[in-house]
Amino acid sequence: MASLKDLRNRIASVKATQKITKAMQMVAAAKLRRAQEAAEAARPYSERMGAVLANITQAIGGGGDAPALMTGTGRDDVHLLIVCTAERGLCGGFNSQIARLARDHIRRLLADGKQVKIICVGKKGYDILRREYASMILERVDLREVKTLGFANADAIARKVIHLFNEGGFDICTLFYSQFKSVISQVPTAQQIIPAAAGSTAPEATSGGNAVYEYEPEPGEILSDLIPRNIAVQIFRALLENAAGEMGAKMSAMDNATRNAGDMINKLSITYNRQRQAQITKELIEIISGAEAL
Amino acid sequence: MAEAFKFELVSPERLLVSEQVESVVIPGAEGEMTVMAQHAPVMTTIKPGVVTIKTAGGKEERFVVFGGFADILPSGCTLLAESATHVNDIDRADLARRIQEAKEDAADAKDDESRSKAEQFLSQLTTLEGALLPA
Repeated sequence: MASLKDLRNRIASVKATQKITKAMQMVAAAKLRRAQEAAEAARPYSERMGAVLANITQAIGGGGDAPALMTGTGRDDVHLLIVCTAERGLCGGFNSQIARLARDHIRRLLADGKQVKIICVGKKGYDILRREYASMILERVDLREVKTLGFANADAIARKVIHLFNEGGFDICTLFYSQFKSVISQVPTAQQIIPAAAGSTAPEATSGGNAVYEYEPEPGEILSDLIPRNIAVQIFRALLENAAGEMGAKMSAMDNATRNAGDMINKLSITYNRQRQAQITKELIEIISGAEAL
Repeated sequence: MAEAFKFELVSPERLLVSEQVESVVIPGAEGEMTVMAQHAPVMTTIKPGVVTIKTAGGKEERFVVFGGFADILPSGCTLLAESATHVNDIDRADLARRIQEAKEDAADAKDDESRSKAEQFLSQLTTLEGALLPA
Protein backbone atom coordinates (compact mmCIF):
# COMPACT_ATOMS: atom_id res chain seq x y z
CA MET A 1 0.00 0.00 0.00
CA ALA A 2 1.39 3.36 -1.06
CA SER A 3 2.00 5.79 1.73
CA LEU A 4 0.11 9.06 2.05
CA LYS A 5 3.11 10.98 0.82
CA ASP A 6 3.41 8.80 -2.29
CA LEU A 7 -0.24 9.37 -3.09
CA ARG A 8 0.14 13.12 -2.66
CA ASN A 9 3.04 13.10 -5.11
CA ARG A 10 1.12 11.02 -7.63
CA ILE A 11 -1.81 13.40 -7.50
CA ALA A 12 0.45 16.41 -7.95
CA SER A 13 2.15 14.88 -10.96
CA VAL A 14 -1.10 13.86 -12.65
CA LYS A 15 -2.38 17.37 -12.07
CA ALA A 16 0.68 18.79 -13.78
CA THR A 17 0.16 16.46 -16.73
CA GLN A 18 -3.45 17.48 -16.95
CA LYS A 19 -2.44 21.12 -17.12
CA ILE A 20 -0.14 20.36 -20.02
CA THR A 21 -2.69 18.36 -22.00
CA LYS A 22 -5.27 21.03 -21.34
CA ALA A 23 -2.93 23.69 -22.70
CA MET A 24 -2.12 21.57 -25.73
CA GLN A 25 -5.80 21.09 -26.40
CA MET A 26 -6.38 24.83 -26.35
CA VAL A 27 -3.41 25.48 -28.61
CA ALA A 28 -4.70 22.85 -31.04
CA ALA A 29 -8.15 24.42 -30.99
CA ALA A 30 -6.73 27.82 -31.89
CA LYS A 31 -4.53 26.34 -34.61
CA LEU A 32 -7.41 24.28 -35.92
CA ARG A 33 -9.43 27.39 -36.52
CA ARG A 34 -6.61 28.95 -38.46
CA ALA A 35 -5.98 25.77 -40.46
CA GLN A 36 -9.65 25.50 -41.27
CA GLU A 37 -9.74 29.08 -42.47
CA ALA A 38 -6.71 28.44 -44.65
CA ALA A 39 -8.33 25.34 -46.12
CA GLU A 40 -11.51 27.26 -46.84
CA ALA A 41 -9.63 30.19 -48.35
CA ALA A 42 -7.89 27.82 -50.74
CA ARG A 43 -11.10 26.20 -51.89
CA PRO A 44 -12.19 28.78 -54.53
CA TYR A 45 -8.92 28.35 -56.38
CA SER A 46 -9.08 24.59 -56.64
CA GLU A 47 -12.76 24.70 -57.57
CA ARG A 48 -12.15 27.19 -60.37
CA MET A 49 -9.16 25.19 -61.45
CA GLY A 50 -11.32 22.09 -61.72
CA ALA A 51 -13.94 23.94 -63.75
CA VAL A 52 -11.40 25.45 -66.12
CA LEU A 53 -9.68 22.14 -66.53
CA ALA A 54 -12.97 20.45 -67.36
CA ASN A 55 -13.74 23.17 -69.90
CA ILE A 56 -10.45 22.84 -71.61
CA THR A 57 -10.38 19.06 -71.72
CA GLN A 58 -13.79 19.22 -73.31
CA ALA A 59 -12.43 21.61 -75.90
CA ILE A 60 -9.53 19.36 -76.71
CA GLY A 61 -11.75 16.34 -76.59
CA GLY A 62 -9.02 13.95 -75.50
CA GLY A 63 -7.11 14.59 -78.70
CA GLY A 64 -3.61 13.38 -79.26
CA ASP A 65 -2.04 16.60 -78.02
CA ALA A 66 -3.02 16.07 -74.39
CA PRO A 67 0.18 16.11 -72.31
CA ALA A 68 1.56 12.90 -70.87
CA LEU A 69 0.92 14.09 -67.32
CA MET A 70 -2.74 13.73 -68.07
CA THR A 71 -2.84 10.57 -70.12
CA GLY A 72 -0.09 8.75 -68.28
CA THR A 73 2.70 6.70 -69.79
CA GLY A 74 0.41 3.84 -70.68
CA ARG A 75 2.15 1.50 -68.24
CA ASP A 76 1.65 0.90 -64.56
CA ASP A 77 4.88 -0.72 -63.50
CA VAL A 78 6.38 1.87 -61.23
CA HIS A 79 4.24 3.56 -58.63
CA LEU A 80 5.12 6.70 -56.77
CA LEU A 81 3.42 7.25 -53.44
CA ILE A 82 3.38 10.65 -51.82
CA VAL A 83 2.55 10.08 -48.19
CA CYS A 84 1.56 13.24 -46.36
CA THR A 85 1.50 13.07 -42.59
CA ALA A 86 2.00 15.43 -39.70
CA GLU A 87 5.34 16.59 -38.38
CA ARG A 88 4.40 16.01 -34.77
CA GLY A 89 2.83 13.22 -32.83
CA LEU A 90 0.39 13.28 -29.92
CA CYS A 91 -2.57 13.44 -32.24
CA GLY A 92 -4.23 10.09 -31.70
CA GLY A 93 -4.32 7.69 -34.61
CA PHE A 94 -3.96 10.40 -37.21
CA ASN A 95 -0.51 9.54 -38.54
CA SER A 96 -0.76 5.79 -38.14
CA GLN A 97 -4.05 5.72 -40.05
CA ILE A 98 -2.51 7.39 -43.07
CA ALA A 99 0.57 5.21 -42.82
CA ARG A 100 -1.56 2.08 -42.55
CA LEU A 101 -3.49 2.97 -45.68
CA ALA A 102 -0.23 3.59 -47.50
CA ARG A 103 1.24 0.34 -46.21
CA ASP A 104 -1.74 -1.71 -47.35
CA HIS A 105 -1.42 -0.10 -50.74
CA ILE A 106 2.30 -0.85 -50.91
CA ARG A 107 1.74 -4.49 -49.95
CA ARG A 108 -0.87 -4.87 -52.67
CA LEU A 109 1.40 -3.30 -55.26
CA LEU A 110 4.36 -5.41 -54.24
CA ALA A 111 2.25 -8.55 -54.35
CA ASP A 112 1.34 -7.65 -57.93
CA GLY A 113 5.01 -7.38 -58.74
CA LYS A 114 5.06 -3.61 -59.18
CA GLN A 115 7.88 -1.35 -58.23
CA VAL A 116 7.17 1.19 -55.51
CA LYS A 117 8.80 4.51 -54.73
CA ILE A 118 7.84 6.71 -51.82
CA ILE A 119 8.11 10.37 -51.06
CA CYS A 120 7.34 11.20 -47.45
CA VAL A 121 5.99 14.57 -46.52
CA GLY A 122 6.13 14.96 -42.77
CA LYS A 123 8.31 13.28 -40.21
CA LYS A 124 5.85 10.89 -38.66
CA GLY A 125 4.95 9.01 -41.79
CA TYR A 126 8.62 8.69 -42.58
CA ASP A 127 9.33 7.24 -39.15
CA ILE A 128 6.62 4.63 -39.58
CA LEU A 129 7.35 3.63 -43.18
CA ARG A 130 11.11 3.67 -42.72
CA ARG A 131 10.98 0.53 -40.61
CA GLU A 132 9.70 -1.64 -43.44
CA TYR A 133 10.34 0.19 -46.67
CA ALA A 134 13.45 2.26 -46.07
CA SER A 135 14.95 1.29 -49.43
CA MET A 136 11.94 2.58 -51.34
CA ILE A 137 11.86 6.02 -49.81
CA LEU A 138 13.27 8.44 -52.34
CA GLU A 139 12.92 11.53 -50.37
CA ARG A 140 11.62 13.09 -47.23
CA VAL A 141 10.13 16.55 -47.35
CA ASP A 142 10.52 18.37 -44.09
CA LEU A 143 7.95 21.02 -43.30
CA ARG A 144 8.81 21.39 -39.64
CA GLU A 145 10.16 24.88 -39.94
CA VAL A 146 7.19 26.03 -41.98
CA LYS A 147 4.93 28.17 -39.82
CA THR A 148 2.15 28.80 -42.28
CA LEU A 149 1.77 26.50 -45.24
CA GLY A 150 2.20 28.40 -48.45
CA PHE A 151 1.54 27.43 -52.00
CA ALA A 152 5.30 27.57 -52.54
CA ASN A 153 5.73 24.51 -50.31
CA ALA A 154 3.30 22.49 -52.39
CA ASP A 155 4.76 23.83 -55.60
CA ALA A 156 8.23 22.65 -54.63
CA ILE A 157 6.94 19.12 -54.05
CA ALA A 158 4.96 19.18 -57.29
CA ARG A 159 8.01 20.30 -59.20
CA LYS A 160 10.05 17.40 -57.87
CA VAL A 161 7.30 14.97 -58.80
CA ILE A 162 6.92 16.35 -62.31
CA HIS A 163 10.66 16.36 -62.82
CA LEU A 164 10.77 12.72 -61.80
CA PHE A 165 7.89 11.91 -64.12
CA ASN A 166 9.57 13.59 -67.07
CA GLU A 167 12.66 11.51 -66.42
CA GLY A 168 10.51 8.42 -66.56
CA GLY A 169 10.92 7.74 -62.85
CA PHE A 170 7.40 6.39 -62.40
CA ASP A 171 4.15 5.72 -64.20
CA ILE A 172 1.46 6.32 -61.65
CA CYS A 173 1.47 8.73 -58.75
CA THR A 174 -0.86 8.47 -55.79
CA LEU A 175 -1.26 10.99 -53.03
CA PHE A 176 -2.00 9.82 -49.48
CA TYR A 177 -3.46 12.27 -47.03
CA SER A 178 -6.23 12.65 -44.54
CA GLN A 179 -9.44 14.23 -45.61
CA PHE A 180 -10.82 16.67 -43.10
CA LYS A 181 -14.46 15.72 -42.55
CA SER A 182 -14.97 17.34 -39.18
CA VAL A 183 -13.07 17.99 -35.99
CA ILE A 184 -13.62 14.45 -34.79
CA SER A 185 -13.45 12.64 -38.10
CA GLN A 186 -10.54 12.54 -40.50
CA VAL A 187 -10.66 10.04 -43.30
CA PRO A 188 -7.35 8.77 -44.69
CA THR A 189 -7.58 8.97 -48.46
CA ALA A 190 -5.63 7.82 -51.48
CA GLN A 191 -5.92 9.96 -54.55
CA GLN A 192 -4.34 9.29 -57.91
CA ILE A 193 -2.91 12.48 -59.36
CA ILE A 194 -0.80 11.27 -62.29
CA PRO A 195 -2.32 10.43 -64.67
CA ALA A 196 -5.27 12.52 -63.59
CA ALA A 197 -7.94 10.07 -62.53
CA ALA A 198 -11.02 10.30 -64.70
CA GLY A 199 -13.19 11.19 -61.75
CA SER A 200 -11.09 13.98 -60.38
CA THR A 201 -12.00 16.51 -63.05
CA ALA A 202 -15.62 15.51 -62.93
CA PRO A 203 -17.12 18.88 -61.96
CA GLU A 204 -18.81 19.74 -65.21
CA ALA A 205 -17.94 22.83 -67.15
CA THR A 206 -20.45 24.93 -65.31
CA SER A 207 -19.17 28.46 -65.45
CA GLY A 208 -18.92 28.56 -69.20
CA GLY A 209 -22.04 26.67 -70.06
CA ASN A 210 -21.58 25.89 -73.72
CA ALA A 211 -19.65 29.04 -74.44
CA VAL A 212 -17.17 28.68 -77.25
CA TYR A 213 -13.89 29.85 -75.86
CA GLU A 214 -11.13 31.53 -77.66
CA TYR A 215 -7.82 30.26 -76.48
CA GLU A 216 -4.73 32.31 -76.24
CA PRO A 217 -2.27 30.62 -76.76
CA GLU A 218 -3.46 27.24 -78.14
CA PRO A 219 -5.51 24.95 -75.84
CA GLY A 220 -2.77 22.36 -75.84
CA GLU A 221 -0.26 24.91 -74.69
CA ILE A 222 -2.52 26.20 -71.94
CA LEU A 223 -3.17 22.65 -70.86
CA SER A 224 0.50 21.80 -70.62
CA ASP A 225 0.84 24.84 -68.39
CA LEU A 226 -2.27 24.05 -66.44
CA ILE A 227 -1.72 20.39 -65.59
CA PRO A 228 1.48 20.86 -63.57
CA ARG A 229 -0.19 23.69 -61.73
CA ASN A 230 -3.16 21.49 -61.04
CA ILE A 231 -0.89 18.89 -59.47
CA ALA A 232 0.59 21.55 -57.22
CA VAL A 233 -2.91 22.64 -56.28
CA GLN A 234 -3.92 19.07 -55.43
CA ILE A 235 -0.88 18.66 -53.23
CA PHE A 236 -1.49 22.03 -51.62
CA ARG A 237 -5.06 21.05 -50.85
CA ALA A 238 -3.90 17.75 -49.37
CA LEU A 239 -1.40 19.56 -47.16
CA LEU A 240 -4.00 22.01 -45.94
CA GLU A 241 -6.54 19.28 -45.24
CA ASN A 242 -3.84 17.40 -43.40
CA ALA A 243 -2.96 20.44 -41.31
CA ALA A 244 -6.58 20.92 -40.33
CA GLY A 245 -7.03 17.20 -39.69
CA GLU A 246 -3.92 17.01 -37.56
CA MET A 247 -5.12 19.81 -35.34
CA GLY A 248 -8.58 18.28 -35.09
CA ALA A 249 -7.13 14.91 -34.14
CA LYS A 250 -4.76 16.52 -31.67
CA MET A 251 -7.56 18.45 -30.09
CA SER A 252 -9.72 15.41 -29.50
CA ALA A 253 -6.73 13.33 -28.36
CA MET A 254 -5.76 15.98 -25.85
CA ASP A 255 -9.34 16.36 -24.74
CA ASN A 256 -9.40 12.64 -23.99
CA ALA A 257 -6.09 12.86 -22.18
CA THR A 258 -7.35 15.72 -20.04
CA ARG A 259 -10.46 13.76 -19.15
CA ASN A 260 -8.45 10.65 -18.32
CA ALA A 261 -6.19 12.68 -16.09
CA GLY A 262 -9.28 14.05 -14.34
CA ASP A 263 -10.59 10.53 -13.73
CA MET A 264 -7.25 9.45 -12.40
CA ILE A 265 -7.07 12.40 -10.02
CA ASN A 266 -10.53 11.54 -8.72
CA LYS A 267 -9.60 7.93 -8.08
CA LEU A 268 -6.33 8.83 -6.43
CA SER A 269 -8.03 11.43 -4.23
CA ILE A 270 -10.55 8.87 -3.00
CA THR A 271 -7.79 6.41 -2.11
CA TYR A 272 -5.87 9.20 -0.46
CA ASN A 273 -8.84 10.33 1.63
CA ARG A 274 -9.72 6.77 2.64
CA GLN A 275 -6.25 6.07 3.74
CA ARG A 276 -6.01 9.29 5.69
CA GLN A 277 -9.30 8.49 7.41
CA ALA A 278 -8.08 4.99 8.21
CA GLN A 279 -4.97 6.39 9.79
CA ILE A 280 -6.96 8.86 11.91
CA THR A 281 -9.27 6.09 13.06
CA LYS A 282 -6.31 3.91 13.92
CA GLU A 283 -4.75 6.67 16.02
CA LEU A 284 -8.04 7.30 17.81
CA ILE A 285 -8.41 3.62 18.63
CA GLU A 286 -4.93 3.58 20.02
CA ILE A 287 -5.62 6.63 22.24
CA ILE A 288 -8.97 5.35 23.45
CA SER A 289 -7.78 1.87 24.20
CA GLY A 290 -4.77 3.37 25.94
CA ALA A 291 -7.08 5.52 28.11
CA GLU A 292 -9.34 2.52 28.90
CA ALA A 293 -6.39 0.47 30.07
CA LEU A 294 -5.66 2.99 32.80
CA MET B 1 -20.47 54.99 -67.03
CA ALA B 2 -19.47 51.64 -68.37
CA GLU B 3 -21.37 48.53 -67.47
CA ALA B 4 -19.99 46.68 -64.47
CA PHE B 5 -19.16 42.99 -64.31
CA LYS B 6 -17.97 40.56 -61.72
CA PHE B 7 -14.24 40.16 -61.33
CA GLU B 8 -12.47 37.66 -59.10
CA LEU B 9 -8.78 37.44 -58.37
CA VAL B 10 -7.90 34.14 -56.74
CA SER B 11 -4.55 32.89 -55.52
CA PRO B 12 -4.03 29.39 -54.12
CA GLU B 13 -3.94 30.83 -50.62
CA ARG B 14 -7.04 32.98 -50.77
CA LEU B 15 -9.60 34.98 -52.66
CA LEU B 16 -8.11 38.46 -53.04
CA VAL B 17 -10.76 40.36 -54.94
CA SER B 18 -14.37 39.60 -55.65
CA GLU B 19 -16.33 42.64 -56.72
CA GLN B 20 -18.10 44.52 -59.48
CA VAL B 21 -15.65 46.29 -61.75
CA GLU B 22 -15.76 48.39 -64.87
CA SER B 23 -12.61 47.19 -66.52
CA VAL B 24 -9.58 45.05 -65.83
CA VAL B 25 -6.22 45.16 -67.58
CA ILE B 26 -4.70 41.68 -67.74
CA PRO B 27 -1.10 40.96 -68.70
CA GLY B 28 -1.91 38.14 -71.12
CA ALA B 29 0.80 35.82 -72.38
CA GLU B 30 0.34 37.23 -75.87
CA GLY B 31 -0.06 40.86 -74.92
CA GLU B 32 -1.98 42.98 -72.48
CA MET B 33 -5.70 43.12 -72.80
CA THR B 34 -8.43 45.19 -71.25
CA VAL B 35 -11.49 43.26 -70.27
CA MET B 36 -14.83 44.99 -70.01
CA ALA B 37 -18.36 43.71 -69.59
CA GLN B 38 -19.71 41.48 -72.39
CA HIS B 39 -16.26 40.37 -73.43
CA ALA B 40 -16.13 37.33 -75.68
CA PRO B 41 -15.20 34.13 -73.84
CA VAL B 42 -11.44 33.85 -73.76
CA MET B 43 -9.08 31.72 -71.82
CA THR B 44 -5.51 32.89 -71.62
CA THR B 45 -2.40 32.31 -69.63
CA ILE B 46 -0.87 35.37 -68.04
CA LYS B 47 2.70 36.41 -67.63
CA PRO B 48 4.17 38.13 -64.57
CA GLY B 49 2.87 41.68 -64.57
CA VAL B 50 0.47 44.17 -63.12
CA VAL B 51 -3.28 43.73 -63.11
CA THR B 52 -5.11 47.04 -63.03
CA ILE B 53 -8.68 47.02 -61.83
CA LYS B 54 -11.10 49.86 -62.20
CA THR B 55 -13.90 49.26 -59.74
CA ALA B 56 -17.51 50.20 -60.32
CA GLY B 57 -16.98 53.13 -57.98
CA GLY B 58 -14.25 54.48 -60.24
CA LYS B 59 -11.38 53.56 -57.93
CA GLU B 60 -8.26 52.07 -59.40
CA GLU B 61 -6.38 49.22 -57.80
CA ARG B 62 -3.26 47.45 -58.92
CA PHE B 63 -2.07 43.95 -58.16
CA VAL B 64 1.16 42.23 -59.05
CA VAL B 65 0.72 38.68 -60.29
CA PHE B 66 3.30 36.04 -61.10
CA GLY B 67 1.86 33.87 -63.81
CA GLY B 68 -1.43 32.06 -63.88
CA PHE B 69 -4.38 32.19 -66.22
CA ALA B 70 -7.59 34.07 -66.79
CA ASP B 71 -11.03 32.76 -67.59
CA ILE B 72 -13.06 35.46 -69.25
CA LEU B 73 -16.79 35.21 -69.90
CA PRO B 74 -19.36 37.79 -70.94
CA SER B 75 -20.76 37.71 -67.42
CA GLY B 76 -17.52 37.90 -65.52
CA CYS B 77 -13.83 37.29 -65.30
CA THR B 78 -11.84 35.00 -63.04
CA LEU B 79 -8.13 35.36 -62.70
CA LEU B 80 -6.30 32.42 -61.18
CA ALA B 81 -2.91 33.74 -60.20
CA GLU B 82 -0.04 31.60 -59.04
CA SER B 83 0.69 34.29 -56.52
CA ALA B 84 -0.75 37.77 -56.25
CA THR B 85 0.02 40.76 -54.08
CA HIS B 86 -1.36 44.25 -53.85
CA VAL B 87 1.02 46.71 -55.42
CA ASN B 88 1.50 48.48 -52.09
CA ASP B 89 2.51 45.28 -50.32
CA ILE B 90 4.99 44.05 -52.87
CA ASP B 91 8.17 42.83 -51.32
CA ARG B 92 11.20 43.90 -53.30
CA ALA B 93 13.41 41.27 -51.73
CA ASP B 94 10.96 38.61 -52.82
CA LEU B 95 10.98 39.93 -56.37
CA ALA B 96 14.75 39.98 -56.38
CA ARG B 97 14.75 36.38 -55.17
CA ARG B 98 12.42 35.32 -57.97
CA ILE B 99 14.64 37.02 -60.51
CA GLN B 100 17.65 35.26 -59.07
CA GLU B 101 15.84 31.92 -59.33
CA ALA B 102 14.82 32.63 -62.90
CA LYS B 103 18.43 33.43 -63.75
CA GLU B 104 19.54 30.12 -62.29
CA ASP B 105 16.81 28.31 -64.21
CA ALA B 106 17.97 29.94 -67.42
CA ALA B 107 21.55 28.95 -66.69
CA ASP B 108 20.59 25.37 -65.81
CA ALA B 109 18.33 24.79 -68.79
CA LYS B 110 19.42 21.74 -70.75
CA ASP B 111 17.79 22.16 -74.15
CA ASP B 112 17.06 25.22 -76.22
CA GLU B 113 13.35 25.15 -75.71
CA SER B 114 13.44 25.23 -71.93
CA ARG B 115 16.23 27.79 -72.02
CA SER B 116 14.27 30.17 -74.20
CA LYS B 117 11.27 29.66 -71.95
CA ALA B 118 13.31 30.44 -68.84
CA GLU B 119 14.88 33.47 -70.47
CA GLN B 120 11.50 34.73 -71.53
CA PHE B 121 10.26 34.38 -67.98
CA LEU B 122 13.34 36.20 -66.71
CA SER B 123 12.85 39.10 -69.08
CA GLN B 124 9.21 39.35 -68.05
CA LEU B 125 10.29 39.52 -64.43
CA THR B 126 12.89 42.20 -65.04
CA THR B 127 10.40 44.25 -67.02
CA LEU B 128 8.04 43.95 -64.12
CA GLU B 129 10.74 45.09 -61.71
CA GLY B 130 11.48 48.05 -63.94
CA ALA B 131 7.82 48.96 -64.03
CA LEU B 132 7.48 48.74 -60.28
CA LEU B 133 10.58 50.52 -59.08
CA PRO B 134 9.46 54.09 -59.59
CA ALA B 135 6.04 53.26 -58.16
